[in-house]
Amino acid sequence: MNWEAFWLTVRLAAIVSTLLIAIGIPIAYWLTYSRWRWKFLVEAAVALPIVLPPTVLGFYVLVALGTRSPLGRWWESLTGHTLAFTFEGLVVGSLLYSLPFAVQPFAASFGAVDSSLLRASASLGHSPMHTFRRIVLPLSKAGLVTGFALSFAHTLGEFGVVLMVGGNIPGVTRTISIDIYDQVQTANYSSANQTALVLLIISFVVLSTVYWLNRYGSNGRPWVAGPWK
Amino acid sequence: MRQLLALLLVFAGALATAQEITAAAAADMSAALPELAAAYTKKTGQTVKLSFGSSGNLTNQIRNGAPFDVFFSADEEYPQQLIAEGLVSGALYRYSVGRLVLWVPHDSPLDLSKLGMKTLLDPSVKKVSIANPTTAPYGRAATEALRHFGIYDQVSSRLVLGENVSQAAQFVESGNAQAGLIALSHALAPAMKDKGRYWTVPFDAYPILNQAAVVLSRSKQGDAARRFLDFLRTPEATSLLASYGFSLPTEKQANGASWK
Repeated sequence: MNWEAFWLTVRLAAIVSTLLIAIGIPIAYWLTYSRWRWKFLVEAAVALPIVLPPTVLGFYVLVALGTRSPLGRWWESLTGHTLAFTFEGLVVGSLLYSLPFAVQPFAASFGAVDSSLLRASASLGHSPMHTFRRIVLPLSKAGLVTGFALSFAHTLGEFGVVLMVGGNIPGVTRTISIDIYDQVQTANYSSANQTALVLLIISFVVLSTVYWLNRYGSNGRPWVAGPWK
Repeated sequence: MRQLLALLLVFAGALATAQEITAAAAADMSAALPELAAAYTKKTGQTVKLSFGSSGNLTNQIRNGAPFDVFFSADEEYPQQLIAEGLVSGALYRYSVGRLVLWVPHDSPLDLSKLGMKTLLDPSVKKVSIANPTTAPYGRAATEALRHFGIYDQVSSRLVLGENVSQAAQFVESGNAQAGLIALSHALAPAMKDKGRYWTVPFDAYPILNQAAVVLSRSKQGDAARRFLDFLRTPEATSLLASYGFSLPTEKQANGASWK
């Protein structure tokens, strides 16, 4: 069991799922309340990582954000290095990779809030922002937890993007799934087995928690509905 | 109707096995082997299906029953392991020697011809791509060469590992690494030829990368596979291999090994 890779991966997943709460809530808010006729295009774009091969994301991070692109040069001038082969690079890749796993549960739970509550709040003179903060968000706690847990678990299991842009640097970009891959390639099955089992158990516990929350939500109704069902 | 279908299936199966051999090949052959296979198909009608990866990864796949007929390794060690495990039919074919080069993109200011391996000590070299030494012979050659020049400790924190030597080449070709220790066959391949410069690492800096092939005992087409291997020693094939930097070794390099 490679504990360095394990804690690196847990750190990556924790950072990514925390950032996705900050990034995901405004996106989910917009997706829930916008009446824009082209909204479905944005919805599709957000959902893309569910169906897109991780290699496509990896390719873009490597080439479109590499030194040959304006965006990559801008990043390099800012930080002194390229995104590839760095922990930040993995964070950027994982944010894209796990975005729908946060946004969709968020949006589903925002949408499930009884609209009469919103109207009541508005009739008492509260701004939409205030209503969102004081009514929608508290009632969507379950969706927020679900989105956090799912994006955490999804990032934990990320492989393709990391294989393409990570460079397999111990302690920086060698995540647990890459470590398993290396172990299997070198026919080190017992070590691969141990690590795989740990990953399996964690993923199962996280998903069980999500489903349990789903079933026994605060008001006895399912908390959220989402793509993982 | 059912019988007809069964018959069709049998035919389809027979056609597929009679016409195609499947080769697993080390990543350093990823540019040369398709050309060799195409030349062979043109000559004999025999098609060759190719899979590329690191020699270590492919060896492990073969151990686990991958349906390959022939395996091209970038060193002798992996085929020898398969021979020891009884997974090979017949002898080991050595067909050329691979070379390790230090490669930088064209726009790099580094003076390879003057500095050689010491180029890597330049502060502008933030990342050096090599193949993963645990599974790729070129990765081991790269780390050995760094040790040979006494700069391994200074460079090791800047190494990024490609899954195989093709990925190591891609890391530096795309500009994400500033220098790479890659296969000469990639440096000479059309995709990279005009994009950078290289310095050939001397032979004595790393263990020789004998390109060795074996026919696998699981293969039902051992004879067809062997004919393809024989083709690799024809003048046509060796000149094609030479254009990718795969040379035949001198006596000293061969180190007493059989090169008939």
